Amino acid sequence: MSNKIKLIKNGTLVLPDRNEPIEGDIYLEEGVIRKINLETGSRKKEKAGGEGVIDAKGLLVFPGLIDMHVHLREPGREDEETIATGTAAAAAGGFTAVACMPNTLPPVDNQESVMFIKQLARDCPARVYPVGAISKGRAGKEISEIGEMVHMGAVAISDDGSPVHDAAIMRRALEYAGMFGIPVISHAEDSTLTGNGVMNEGYESTRLGMPGIPPYSEEVCISRDIILCKHIGTRLHIAHVSTKGSVELVRRAKAEGVHVTAEATPHHFTLTDTLIGKEFNTNLKMMPPLRTQEDVDAIIAGLMDGTIDAIASDHAPHSSEEKEVEFDHAPNGIIGLETTVGLVATFLVRPGHLTWNDIARKLSKHPAGILKITGGELKANRVADITIIDPKAAWMVRVDKFASKSRNSPYDGWKLHGKVRYTILGGNVTFAS
Amino acid sequence: MTVKRKHLLGLEELEPHEILSFLESAKVFREVLDRPIKKVAPLRGLTVVNLFYEPSTRTRLSFELAEKRLSADTVSFTTATSSVKKGETLKDTVRNIEAMKIDMIVIRHQSAGVPYFLTRFSDACIVNAGDGQHEHPTQGLLDLYTIWTKYKKLAGLRVVLMGDAKHSRVIRSNIWGLTKLGASVAVCGPPTLLPVEMEKMGVEVYTDIDKALDGADVVNVMRIQLERQTSGLLPSLREYTTLFGITRDRLKRLNKNYTIMHPGPINRGIELADDVADSVNSVILEQVTNGVAVRMAVLYLLAASEGKNVKQD
Repeated sequence: MSNKIKLIKNGTLVLPDRNEPIEGDIYLEEGVIRKINLETGSRKKEKAGGEGVIDAKGLLVFPGLIDMHVHLREPGREDEETIATGTAAAAAGGFTAVACMPNTLPPVDNQESVMFIKQLARDCPARVYPVGAISKGRAGKEISEIGEMVHMGAVAISDDGSPVHDAAIMRRALEYAGMFGIPVISHAEDSTLTGNGVMNEGYESTRLGMPGIPPYSEEVCISRDIILCKHIGTRLHIAHVSTKGSVELVRRAKAEGVHVTAEATPHHFTLTDTLIGKEFNTNLKMMPPLRTQEDVDAIIAGLMDGTIDAIASDHAPHSSEEKEVEFDHAPNGIIGLETTVGLVATFLVRPGHLTWNDIARKLSKHPAGILKITGGELKANRVADITIIDPKAAWMVRVDKFASKSRNSPYDGWKLHGKVRYTILGGNVTFAS
Repeated sequence: MTVKRKHLLGLEELEPHEILSFLESAKVFREVLDRPIKKVAPLRGLTVVNLFYEPSTRTRLSFELAEKRLSADTVSFTTATSSVKKGETLKDTVRNIEAMKIDMIVIRHQSAGVPYFLTRFSDACIVNAGDGQHEHPTQGLLDLYTIWTKYKKLAGLRVVLMGDAKHSRVIRSNIWGLTKLGASVAVCGPPTLLPVEMEKMGVEVYTDIDKALDGADVVNVMRIQLERQTSGLLPSLREYTTLFGITRDRLKRLNKNYTIMHPGPINRGIELADDVADSVNSVILEQVTNGVAVRMAVLYLLAASEGKNVKQD
């Protein structure tokens, strides 16, 4: 097989446990990393070439990137994305694994649904880790059969897309999930405070006369969940943190020793609500909504000081006929698998906020650790999931070239730096450019 | 009296001289309305579609009359249900209408930004007749016109906008128009009906009606909707009247030669006392007349900017 990789030579390895990249060669065998020769040792220039050898000179070699928050839409909305197209988008974006949220039709709230996804994902170009629903039907009334879902391969539970409105259900979910050591992923939102809001509440919503979603719609729910987590002692993960206040709540909780982790999306550290009034572009509509520059700055600060553990795209495909409507009526969400690396490189690494080694943690080691899944490291005898990025290459986002079935990205036409060159899954190339 | 502009989407995007062009032009058309034959020919041969996705009586009638008096061919389409519920997207509806060869679209819609959305795929001139709670630029212009013709200026006047600023597109258009032409603007209402950070629009914000009215020249009173009570934003309309109703007693704080305005329809005895609405200082019916003239001016100047109108002698 020509896409079977035996050697990645002369690469700059970005190891999550180090603070600086280091030159080295990676030898692969049977889909596993056999050995890594680092510059520190007596490494002699690798001369091997030919089939199965990647010369990664000038390129950054990462442990396979993991997106811990995506929507693959299958079953139910195969017109928007399937497990096959979603994982192709993942590979094209440099990801070797994704965790998919359970808000499908029907929702993933039982072992059969988990099995269905695992089966469809078997020959796909990225590992797929299903997240099960917290509550049956995502209705927030009764907890799902979490144990059976975990035994079938679910790695976490979440009612993502909707909050768990009932504090008692959230309490039971945290208690019960603790038995399996899996995190409860909170889509933190108080829907009574969200009301009919369609964008961040602030000067922009006032100016545009659009119903606003106050930042405390998110913060009230995060506070509740942190308090529950503190008492119950099991693991809580906050999805898509979007406000300055939320970052501060997580920071304080971590300082108190609460078992909470958090993620942020690229759109929440690159875009603000001031863009909405320019074109009423519905690809700027998502939940949580785009906030202000102050919030963007706080999220970047949270990523820098470790308050926010992971970066996740919240890849949310929607058909163009659903998005090309009045702003009020458009569904929430944008796709992100194929722009995450470019956005991270352009808006976090180039300005000097984070190093590439930080990125290896936020996009690989930490998601693997939070979900307790394979990957997140480049070490001998570990599975050969590897992402190779050219940090200097500039490219233009072209949604019509995306592997995803959907096109709902606000970044179309943006010039980004940092391009995925190879995505390698178990020693096989799943994407090359 | 020209503007270089294909669409009228809102007053926020207009330059002061453009607003003045609309007002000057309205003055000419206002005179037409006093003639025995109230009809001129500049839009002869042009087709205007009034697309109303929200029930409206006076704005639609006012636009229709303005169009007819400019000799345009007009058709109107009103539906209370949104396009989404109907199964056809707004985009498809508008493209279908446009395929029938039309020149201008006057659109009212419940969602903010819809007039802008139309400009992305339509070749017609788009006139915003009210989009959600965003803007109602022709109402804003007619309010400006009414004040401007009475005082012969706007700069230096103090205007109070009373009521539900959170849900009012009229207030937003008034704020942009008035501040651009140098008036000082105060907004007054209960905190639950005041949107956040409204001061950044260049206005003073009050919850104390007496302070707001102190030394004002014009009070423009907004309609208060019963649904604000049922949705929990107000304890009762009765309490609203007690705290924010414009009564004769409260008018003592205003400057001499003050003006009372209301975009209609009035809830008599709720936001505006009966005797105040009908007093000599009330210009509420003049606003309605001026509305037709202002809409004629808007349609005329936009068509002229596109070179569509029949040249007048």
